[in-house]
Amino acid sequence: MAVDEQVLYSVKNVKKHFPVRGGILQRVKNHVKAVDGITLDIYKGETLGVVGESGCGKSTLGRTILGLESLTEGELVFNGNNISNYSSRQLKPYKKEMQMIFQDPYASLNPKQRIGDALEEALIIHTNLSSLERREKVLQLLKEVGLKEEHYERYPHEFSGGQRQRIGIARAISINPSFIVCDEPVSALDVSVQAQVIKLLRDLQEKHGLTYLFVSHDLGVVRHLCNRVLVMYLGQMVELAPVHKLYENPTHPYTEALLSAIPRPTVGRKRERIRLKGDLPSPSNPPTGCPFHTRCPIAKEQCSTEKPAWREIDEGHFIACHER
Amino acid sequence: MKETVLEVKDLVTTFKSADGPLPAVRGASFSVKKGETLCIVGESGCGKSITALSIMGLLPSNGMIADGSIFFNQRNLAEMSPKQMQKVRGNEVSMIFQEPMTALNPVFTVGFQIREPLMIHLKLSKKQAHMRGIELLKMVGIPSPVERMNQFPHELSGGMRQRVMIAIALSCNPSLLIADEPTTALDVTIQAQIIDLLNDLKEQLDMSMIMITHDMGVVAEIADRVIVMYAGEIIEEGRVEEIFENPQHPYTKGLLASVPNVDDPEFDLKPIAGSMPMLNEQISGCRFHPRCPYAFDKCMEQSPKTFYVTDKQSVRCWLQEEGVEQNGGRRASSL
Repeated sequence: MAVDEQVLYSVKNVKKHFPVRGGILQRVKNHVKAVDGITLDIYKGETLGVVGESGCGKSTLGRTILGLESLTEGELVFNGNNISNYSSRQLKPYKKEMQMIFQDPYASLNPKQRIGDALEEALIIHTNLSSLERREKVLQLLKEVGLKEEHYERYPHEFSGGQRQRIGIARAISINPSFIVCDEPVSALDVSVQAQVIKLLRDLQEKHGLTYLFVSHDLGVVRHLCNRVLVMYLGQMVELAPVHKLYENPTHPYTEALLSAIPRPTVGRKRERIRLKGDLPSPSNPPTGCPFHTRCPIAKEQCSTEKPAWREIDEGHFIACHER
Repeated sequence: MKETVLEVKDLVTTFKSADGPLPAVRGASFSVKKGETLCIVGESGCGKSITALSIMGLLPSNGMIADGSIFFNQRNLAEMSPKQMQKVRGNEVSMIFQEPMTALNPVFTVGFQIREPLMIHLKLSKKQAHMRGIELLKMVGIPSPVERMNQFPHELSGGMRQRVMIAIALSCNPSLLIADEPTTALDVTIQAQIIDLLNDLKEQLDMSMIMITHDMGVVAEIADRVIVMYAGEIIEEGRVEEIFENPQHPYTKGLLASVPNVDDPEFDLKPIAGSMPMLNEQISGCRFHPRCPYAFDKCMEQSPKTFYVTDKQSVRCWLQEEGVEQNGGRRASSL
């Protein structure tokens, strides 16, 4: 997986806040700060992993980047074009370049629609192919993701979970996008099938030169598939590093704790686990200062009042922490 | 040698269907000793949860134990009436489920639900049960337990709910705890907390545990012994070190090679081709042979016998028979 340092997608200080309404008049009482100031460059041909616990805003980040959520604040620059304020008509050529693979492929397929029709839909909207050409293209897609031609006529309920995810992948690559957001694409699958889908994703990337934003909570899969990893906590960036640096030299205490918490499939080797106290605080009422200070084992007074700056500690390795 | 708490023999559990009974568990035999943790590993549809539900007497109405026995402390649970079973369940054997939000009743307080088994099984008064409930919540590491007693499940986080479930399951000091994927719905940091808690409590209370999971990492953290299930059958059994360091069955090997290793960047992911067969699929011989890279003629015709690799590790695979001829040093006897 060669990565040239050419920026494909630039995300600048992106925020997504959801209003919380309450009372008789349904006034906006508060905001859930799902994504709170993310600045990122995504390079052409790379796989950028986004990890964090549930509720950290990683999925919302993926959806916001694709324009599926409106921006609260910030800029999205795709291939040098600032698309943050584009209308949906202006966005159409860009949407062709960006696709998404969802966690639960069954929920994202219409149960009454044949697989062939579901796959043709994107081609109807984005290309001028005739119906014969479309059918040809869909059959070729099915083969490419490891399904058979006869699956064209079938309905979603006739497939197993792994096969459905293959359909989800086929649909995402049908119009030759350059950028795909994968939102937990393998977490609903059994381990043996999970490995098959990971392999498929990697083969397709090589073949089509795809760029992935890979959202996952499974740190094992992320290590296996990604070039760089972003760790998020309560909508904010905690650590960003090339994959080997992050796993061999995790610097932020949250990353350390996250990595040490993974149960390892090896016996006999007792590891000292960093125990994190408590749960994730509510994103509608995040702690002041460093968002992690309430659970951090090395928090000092400064951490509860002052937000740590985002700084580079090593080439390509960024963290936000006062103490490290 | 510690005493045996649970002895399951040739358990067959079937489900009614339009095409006649479909077996979900096909003759499973295993035992659990006092203070031991047994992990049942396998992918969805392999029959691991149904095995647990059969022991608990909680099979859905279309399922039944068709054959075999389940001896728990010298009594056969498979032959007990629902009424007798009620006295055992939640008292001597209890269970934790994957999704604590669906296992807890949303309209009753945590206190009500934790008092219930104490009042029914131990005949405590409401007041005594309340005090004991607070102690239990404290034991599972819930902060400010007195206030939690009056809260509803939706007011708690996922990790806290699972702790409440554990407190309820342990309320009557069961000698066997069955945990069905208790950490699958939780985040890694919370999962680590729950695993530590289960390990501590097991030691503290000297109980046996059956842990059902598909996560090989969790198995390595918690198990003493491991059973690997595939399509309703136990295909390999052994001590946890044996299963991880010297797996014999191609499926066990495949399962271990399918989990990306966090510590090894060069780890080569080798998926198992195909997917788990459906309950109604007719497969001759070894149930794994359509997916097995080493399958040969015999695998398609005859169901494999059990071969012993060591006195604790056994495997059902015809390759073992060949293995004896290739390296005679290994002791292999058939049952």
